[in-house]
Amino acid sequence: MSGWFMAARSRLILLALVLLANVAVAPGFLELRLVEGRLFGGIIDILNRGAPVILLAIGMAPVIATRGIDLSVGAIMAIAGAVAAASVNAGHAWPVAVLAALGTGLVCGLWNGVLVTIFRLQPIVATLILMVAGRGIAQMITEGRVLTFTDDGLAGVSSATLLGLPLPVLIALAAAMITGLLVRATALGLFIEAVGTSPRAARLAGVPAPGILIGVYVWSGLMAALAGLIAAADIRGADANNAGLWLELDAILAVVIGGTSLYGGRFSISLSVLGAVILQGMRTCILRAGLPPELNLLLMALVIALVLVVQSPACQPAIARLTTRLRRRGAA
Amino acid sequence: MKALAKYGAVALMMAAMAGCGDKGGTDKATKANEAAAAMTIGFSQIGSESGWRAAETKLAKLEAEKRGINLKVSDAQQQQANQIKAIRSFIAQGVDAILLAPVISSGWDEVLGEAKAANIPVVLLDRQIDTADPSLYLSAVTSDTVEEGRVAGRWLVEKLAGRDCRVVEIQGTIGASLVANRKKGFEEGISSAGNVQIVRTQSGEFTRAKGKEVMEGFIKAEAPGSICAVYAHNDDMMIGAIQAMKEAGLKPGSEILAVSIDAVPDIFKAMADGDANATVELTPDMASRAYDLLAAYNKDGTVPPKWVQTPSTLYLPDTAAAEYERRKDLY
Repeated sequence: MSGWFMAARSRLILLALVLLANVAVAPGFLELRLVEGRLFGGIIDILNRGAPVILLAIGMAPVIATRGIDLSVGAIMAIAGAVAAASVNAGHAWPVAVLAALGTGLVCGLWNGVLVTIFRLQPIVATLILMVAGRGIAQMITEGRVLTFTDDGLAGVSSATLLGLPLPVLIALAAAMITGLLVRATALGLFIEAVGTSPRAARLAGVPAPGILIGVYVWSGLMAALAGLIAAADIRGADANNAGLWLELDAILAVVIGGTSLYGGRFSISLSVLGAVILQGMRTCILRAGLPPELNLLLMALVIALVLVVQSPACQPAIARLTTRLRRRGAA
Repeated sequence: MKALAKYGAVALMMAAMAGCGDKGGTDKATKANEAAAAMTIGFSQIGSESGWRAAETKLAKLEAEKRGINLKVSDAQQQQANQIKAIRSFIAQGVDAILLAPVISSGWDEVLGEAKAANIPVVLLDRQIDTADPSLYLSAVTSDTVEEGRVAGRWLVEKLAGRDCRVVEIQGTIGASLVANRKKGFEEGISSAGNVQIVRTQSGEFTRAKGKEVMEGFIKAEAPGSICAVYAHNDDMMIGAIQAMKEAGLKPGSEILAVSIDAVPDIFKAMADGDANATVELTPDMASRAYDLLAAYNKDGTVPPKWVQTPSTLYLPDTAAAEYERRKDLY
């Protein structure tokens, strides 16, 4: 565990800074209140709003670890949301709609995985196809409108409370834990990293590379479908044009902030989740700061640039020196 | 196998791109315009990216049918190149007039020059273009987006009847001229009352999800009970904001006044439920005005004004249920 804290060090500092900025904008941001069996507070807001990108990052990290990328997750969100909304509107019960959406995510992921693994398309090209066409598919399902629904069960995916937490937060945490266990409690994580480091060496060492590759895209599709369900439930409607728009980029950014290299190899689910939380924390802060909205993107860009520069190999030794000095002073 | 994958991908993309053809209404010539009869008009539409745009196309077809106009609609799938191609094909077919809803504002001089050379009048719909030569088009039928904001602002001042009011504003996508205009208009509308002021403004990017997120932020950032009204640049963001208010235990429509712009069907549902107070219509019926002025132009050469503004009508909850019924199949 202390190894994890070492690896997470710079991100935890970042998260602390982001939370401090939020406190500066809105005093009382860190307060947690229990009202009618549900927790309220700034941190819950960040996790709740950030749940879709957290899920996307959980799916994206293993894909990137195989030296791949999945640009289609935003579009898969739109398709999954559209499928869910169309199913309940067609009179199906909400669990059917949820299963249909998740199944759609699996199929989309399988499509990506097959293109990458069997047809050897470059991942960026293979997933670009679905990124472009997927939104069109979603638009066909919704006929270009925001397909609203009144089913409280489906809306509950976003608004229900369980164990005092909003359901999206629990879904994201559960997905992170399950994925983390899958890759770290078994050899799966090592296999994924092996495929990303050298597919040929991995194959020669007996790693079932094609299965692993297809699997990571399928998992990414599934996570995207979950995110799409949350996004649709949030507004009680499937907005094919806007659901998940550009979120693939946020997910990639979250994974990169989490320290996973786009060249593949080592990856971390927990740090990717942390990356997504940091991103959402920044967004929440900017939205609540009361600054002119023209500054939103500029501020995001500046902070992200700063984050990545601080994490760059060029800056890491200096930060390590600083932390050891601080620790010595603390010990003395 | 590789080829198979390629075809699969292409087929998927084509399927995605294929628009859904609408069949216009069948209600016949109620006020058929004699001069317009037998006119053939080409309409280069941007696409069908929103319910409003779909309604605009549907109404164009419906109104054309009423007037006995032969309307050819070309869907550009958001691409200027497709619009230019469509206009050239309309010219080649020798249509009597062309309607153009331009996807972007620049780059039209050459193709509109060709239409002018062929003596085919062009009427712009719902958007203006940038050109040094205004003779390239006959007229532009658009809404007055500043006026839309003004109507919303004036309604709020009137509704408040002198009370103080802290307003939060949910803007559209930053950089769009529409957003600057709806902001400016609203500010003008409330300027007569010194005690109505915008205390927070943030972009909701014209979507429900972002509108909801922005409103959640406003509610958290402002002292409880201090927000008196929400102004959203479109109805979709307002629908998101209404959900945010309800989830925070607030009562939109009574505790917090809600005024937005566009008049899409769902906001009428919200008004009928008492969750929203007013909307200003951006009418999707742009084509009928273009048909009327083209008919007059054809008949006796009446040159229409360069800019024909559609009215910015205010709708209130009293007519909401009826308006919802009237609009729900249009969008």
